[in-house]
Amino acid sequence: MKLAVCINHVPDTAAKINIASDGKNIDKTGVTFVLNPYDEYAIEECLRLKEKNTGEVIAISLGGDSHKETLRKALAMGVDKAVLLKDESPRDSFAVARALADYLKEISADAIFFGKQSVDSDDAAVGTMVAEMLGLPSVSVAVKLEIANGTATAEREIEGGKEKVQITLPAVFTAQKGLNEPRYPSLKGIMSSKNKPIEEKAPAPSQVKAEVLAMRKPPSKNAGKIIGTDVNAVPELVRLLHEEAKVI
Amino acid sequence: MKILAFAEQRDNKLKKSAFEVVHTARTIADQIGGEVIALVIGDQVQVIAGELGGYGATKILAVQQPKLGKYSSTAYAKVIAEIAKKEQADIILLPATAMGRDSAPRVAVKLDAGIASDCIAFKVDSGNIIATRPVYAGKALTEIKINSAVKVFTLRPNVFPAGTSTSMAAKVEVTDIPLAESDFASLVIETTQASGKIDVAEADIIVSGGRGMKGPENFKMIEDLAGVLGGAVGASRAVVDAGWRPHNEQVGQTGKTVSPSLYIAVAISGSIQHLAGMSSSKYIVAINKDKDAPIFQIADYGIVADAFDIVPAIMLETKMLLGK
Repeated sequence: MKLAVCINHVPDTAAKINIASDGKNIDKTGVTFVLNPYDEYAIEECLRLKEKNTGEVIAISLGGDSHKETLRKALAMGVDKAVLLKDESPRDSFAVARALADYLKEISADAIFFGKQSVDSDDAAVGTMVAEMLGLPSVSVAVKLEIANGTATAEREIEGGKEKVQITLPAVFTAQKGLNEPRYPSLKGIMSSKNKPIEEKAPAPSQVKAEVLAMRKPPSKNAGKIIGTDVNAVPELVRLLHEEAKVI
Repeated sequence: MKILAFAEQRDNKLKKSAFEVVHTARTIADQIGGEVIALVIGDQVQVIAGELGGYGATKILAVQQPKLGKYSSTAYAKVIAEIAKKEQADIILLPATAMGRDSAPRVAVKLDAGIASDCIAFKVDSGNIIATRPVYAGKALTEIKINSAVKVFTLRPNVFPAGTSTSMAAKVEVTDIPLAESDFASLVIETTQASGKIDVAEADIIVSGGRGMKGPENFKMIEDLAGVLGGAVGASRAVVDAGWRPHNEQVGQTGKTVSPSLYIAVAISGSIQHLAGMSSSKYIVAINKDKDAPIFQIADYGIVADAFDIVPAIMLETKMLLGK
């Protein structure tokens, strides 16, 4: 099986986010960047499929040189090949999907994986956009996946339940937490990843359709009142929720 | 300007988000001038489509086929895009639900349209629609202007008002979009719904438990309180990672970002990634033994005490109030 996994390099979820002086981007000073958490599930699923069916796993990332760090993590986890689509121009989901789809078209993988969303822009659109661009079926937010004889049966999360989707490969999947338990890179994997080549490609420029006009911090919430320190505070809390907040 | 509003139904019932999307389309149309076309897709949806009548649509379309009774990413996207073309819609609104977030990217590609997902506000500025959407799970907000001719937006559920029915009742037109077998390449074959459970992403009230609950067995009181309030159960990442609660209840940056009217954080200290996912809740109550817990920095009301004493007392007090 030829498996492709598209990964992103994003601020750690524990990072505080501040706005850069241009008022459109985040201030990257002091921010640690990591492999997008949902992409770990996508990589793990590829590695498991490869272990079961043989084949190769190709990790692809679109961005600047800093993305090599995340591609190395993928190599350390066990992917066979890493490709950097080197481009630092601002791109919206459509433009990211276009660059990835152009490359994926060349390699014709049997299954293409993404994290269900990148925890920076949170658009959750790129994976399914790539599927549409390549004319492939897809399952987004997958929490369970079985592939046998070219047919995939996947479960995806919906509000208050799950739905089971059946599709024929080649196909696109976006991974949700719960799909598997991602492995930690082994020491041997980390060592050998350092010397593996990372192929670089230059994607075609693409127009940004969804333009960021401004970025700001959400209005800060002020700490409210501490009503009390024991059970005697409860009637007052319930009264406030009922009469002041009017939420119960 | 023509706005196409995709009104989601499941099991032949319109979702609350359907009214939110149609009503928001009307609000935008009132500012920018134009028509609202509501679209319902399913098996026999003509009757339920009529329920949208007074919510601001100029026209309501029902596309119904037996095979559309179950969701299909590929087929639904095709129907939405074909209707958009036929009606020459400039703006497409969908809910940012499991269904909307799955079909919207396909619709955008089919129409060569830019997309802004999970929007929480819209304004009209010199004829342009500016959408506000959270990024970094709500640690920042962006204002987005889409420059393509057709624009796709998905709306976070529970944020926009659903409006109320007015006398301006649009009629339902049944219309057909021919679909081939290949259009159903992605097809749902089975849906399992946890009966009577409210999803944390759709809930108006959420009672969330953290590591301070000490063990999975103690979540009974969280469930009970959520039950009394008619809300959903949420959980912190620590609790989900420990296997105490299912991951679909996780609130925070690698879980769900929520904006309920009331969020009760029980024994949750409030890590950055958790606060990002829930700080846009209208009212936040924090119950924690540690008076220095970061959750108190954003809580409207706090009680510094042991959750095991406070939660049962809130339940009793609320039951009395609600006469349950």
